[in-house]
Amino acid sequence: MSETALHQAVTGGQDKEYLSFVLGDEHYALDITTVKEIRGYEQVTKIANAPAFIKGVINLRGDIVPIVDLRIKFNVGEATYNDFTIVIMLNIQERIVGIVVDGVSDVIRLSEEQVLPPPEFGVAFDSRYLHGLADVDENMVILVNIESLITSEELGLVAPDSVNDDA
Amino acid sequence: MSIDIEQFHSVFFDESDEHLDDMEQLLMSLDVDSPEPEELNSIFRAAHSIKGGSGIFGFDALMNLTHVMENLLDKARNNELSVTADIVNVLLETLDVLKDTLNAYRDETEIPQEGIDERIKILNNVINGQSTELTPDGTDKEGSLSTQTESAKDDSFGFFEDEPSEASSATDDGFGFFDEEPVHNQSSESSEAEDDGFGFFDDVSDNRELQDSETTQSSPQADEGFGFFDDEETPSNLVESQAEKSEAGKAESQGFGFFEDVPSARHINTAVNTTNDQQRQSAKTSQNSATTSNGVKAPQTGAGSTPATAKKKTKPSAKKSTARESASIRVDTTKIDAMVNLVGELVITQSMLSMIGQDVDGQVGERLQLAIDELQRNTREIQESVMSMRMLPLTATFNRFPRLVRDLAGKLGKQVELVLQGGSTEIDKSLIEKIVDPLTHLVRNSIDHGIEIPEKRTAAGKPEKGTVILSAEQKGGSIIISIIDDGGGLHRDKILDKARSNGLTVSDDMPDSEVWQLIFQPGFSTAEAITDVSGRGVGMDVVRRNIESIGGRIDIESSAGEGSAFFIHLPLTLAIVDGMCVSVGKQIFVVPLLNIIESFQPTKQQLKTLGNDTVLYIRDQYWPLVPLYDFMEVEDAALSPTEGIVVLLESSKKRFGILVDALVGQQQVVIKSLEEHYRKVAGIAGATIMGDGKVALIIDADSIATTYTSGQIEELLS
Repeated sequence: MSETALHQAVTGGQDKEYLSFVLGDEHYALDITTVKEIRGYEQVTKIANAPAFIKGVINLRGDIVPIVDLRIKFNVGEATYNDFTIVIMLNIQERIVGIVVDGVSDVIRLSEEQVLPPPEFGVAFDSRYLHGLADVDENMVILVNIESLITSEELGLVAPDSVNDDA
Repeated sequence: MSIDIEQFHSVFFDESDEHLDDMEQLLMSLDVDSPEPEELNSIFRAAHSIKGGSGIFGFDALMNLTHVMENLLDKARNNELSVTADIVNVLLETLDVLKDTLNAYRDETEIPQEGIDERIKILNNVINGQSTELTPDGTDKEGSLSTQTESAKDDSFGFFEDEPSEASSATDDGFGFFDEEPVHNQSSESSEAEDDGFGFFDDVSDNRELQDSETTQSSPQADEGFGFFDDEETPSNLVESQAEKSEAGKAESQGFGFFEDVPSARHINTAVNTTNDQQRQSAKTSQNSATTSNGVKAPQTGAGSTPATAKKKTKPSAKKSTARESASIRVDTTKIDAMVNLVGELVITQSMLSMIGQDVDGQVGERLQLAIDELQRNTREIQESVMSMRMLPLTATFNRFPRLVRDLAGKLGKQVELVLQGGSTEIDKSLIEKIVDPLTHLVRNSIDHGIEIPEKRTAAGKPEKGTVILSAEQKGGSIIISIIDDGGGLHRDKILDKARSNGLTVSDDMPDSEVWQLIFQPGFSTAEAITDVSGRGVGMDVVRRNIESIGGRIDIESSAGEGSAFFIHLPLTLAIVDGMCVSVGKQIFVVPLLNIIESFQPTKQQLKTLGNDTVLYIRDQYWPLVPLYDFMEVEDAALSPTEGIVVLLESSKKRFGILVDALVGQQQVVIKSLEEHYRKVAGIAGATIMGDGKVALIIDADSIATTYTSGQIEELLS
């Protein structure tokens, strides 16, 4: 998280920038410092014995990078793939992972005060991956703790023993 | 401005390692009856270089021992001492002590002082056996070279690089250690420089005569300039006029801060105008001194005339030193790896371009096609040359074996001749590092268990001396390293007995090839199984595991009473694999050629059903059949075996067939790690990028064999 810390130091306050994106009808956002690049969806090579939300791997300039469809993982929207489907390439713990989203909306700047805690119960969304909620232009934006999501055992992107190595 | 001298330590250690290896190799090949003077010289030079370096860095123990060794070698090459087999043995043992000492310095552990002292004593005894002339040096416990004559000789520490026969100015400058006098430099034409690689410790010695004539004057000068030896005899009457000459030295000792407390330098201090560009300054002044100091002072007269005399004498030494020509630079392997990756990218981009080029019509298309063809050729050449940067000849690996064989044979009371073949075969550096241990183990095994004792051999009508052949050759896309001995061969019955006592299911009529494979079972120590000589830690199972971990395999052939042969098949490189591209549904998979036995379209008669599974009957055997679409979860694939192609695979563990839709073609593919950004996947060795930029997965036959489960097939596999 040193990058984030550095970012805070540079911006001089608690403000953090988030990249907001759309899954189905819901608005999500993630820490922009983890974003490597944004590109269109392209044909993947399927991997055997992988959960449905892992679409497969692609060639990102010589790196073999896994692609995760968050719509399937979070069970929102429809997992359709067309020319407008977007992949956000993330750089997390020296790994590159692509996530499929319906669209990228904006870069938003939020202070810590603007980030509100989620309701204590009645929400199925795993709180481990939830950084908080924020109100932006009348829309509720779900701030995802993308790092803990991507490295989680549940997602299975990272072999369990190598999580410790990377940490 | 001071430089931390420790940064040069690792270079010194590397170089010394090389020198020690060289010495060992030379000693091994030395013909005791009529030693080649040049070989003795080379050994001397190597010892000398180590001594020089260790002196500079203050590794006294190392220096003292090499010093005595050097004395002995000096006598030998001057024909004052005839080399005997005993002396070679003593020297070889000394090398071991030197290696230990070097490692001790490197690891900063305790110096094996006792061993060193003992060695020094033994070496001195050897020297004394012939003459006593140099004894005082040898026993000089401090190894301090405090007399003028000694320092004259030990000017050959080579630190001052005042030896005109060295052409290593370029490398020297790299380190900025020694500025050579330009006058000398011009005269040098020798290729001797390569000897030292870094020119750190240039040995001065390839012409003793030359050295002697030169050192008479150069050493006092050197002492004054550097105060290196802390010589008490440093002339105190050093005068200003000489300061000009010594300035070169001064500039350096200031620049590097090597030697604290340089008394003579202090004298000169006054005369020195420290310039920013000290190196240039020193070069200039030394040139001045060489040309203008004639007649000022006695030592300088000598110095002034040095280039002239040296020039004359350089020529013979230049002729002599053609032994090694390979000029090389050391490059971090990660840099080369990065380059290999980039070239892989280039190859992919290039093939994308040629695909696009095919869609362009007309005149432009034609011109584009020409340019693409050119690009293709260039890319291939770049790829080849980048790949070759990672390749090293096996010579260095092989050269360690004569010593090992000699020692082991001596210990076991056997007579063994080691024949090395194909050492020039090149192989990927990362493979070399991993092949050393298995090879060592196999060679040891051949001598320990293979070759019989002389009496037994004579009784069997074989020559007393056993032969072990270690050879390497390239066959297609793989390297085959073989270890062949003419010993007793593997004992089939003993192996079977051992297998039974280990609880393995074996039968007496198993084919030989399967019996031999048993020795790779864990816990199947050949030492216990075949002789009583204790094992050496790694079992054959480790040998096989090591070889398989680098994508190789090992085969055994053996014939009772005639000998045995071990063949290690290795891929040329880890970065590229020769593969057969096969299609399953819309996906392409790459099957390493190393694993493929054959491929064919099966007939109905060859397919049998066992429960719900299909098995293959071919080559008089029943083979498990793994449908790849099932294993890899691919849709739209040919489901019936008769519609597809069966590829018979052989992995180290199992033999089986895989069912694919079609064969696409054979090509070399660059292996990419799947684990770098994802995780290990069963049945997949890695991924590669095809010409269209898509990812194809590379099949891991071993992993498929161990992970594919489908009822009866599992039984058949086990």
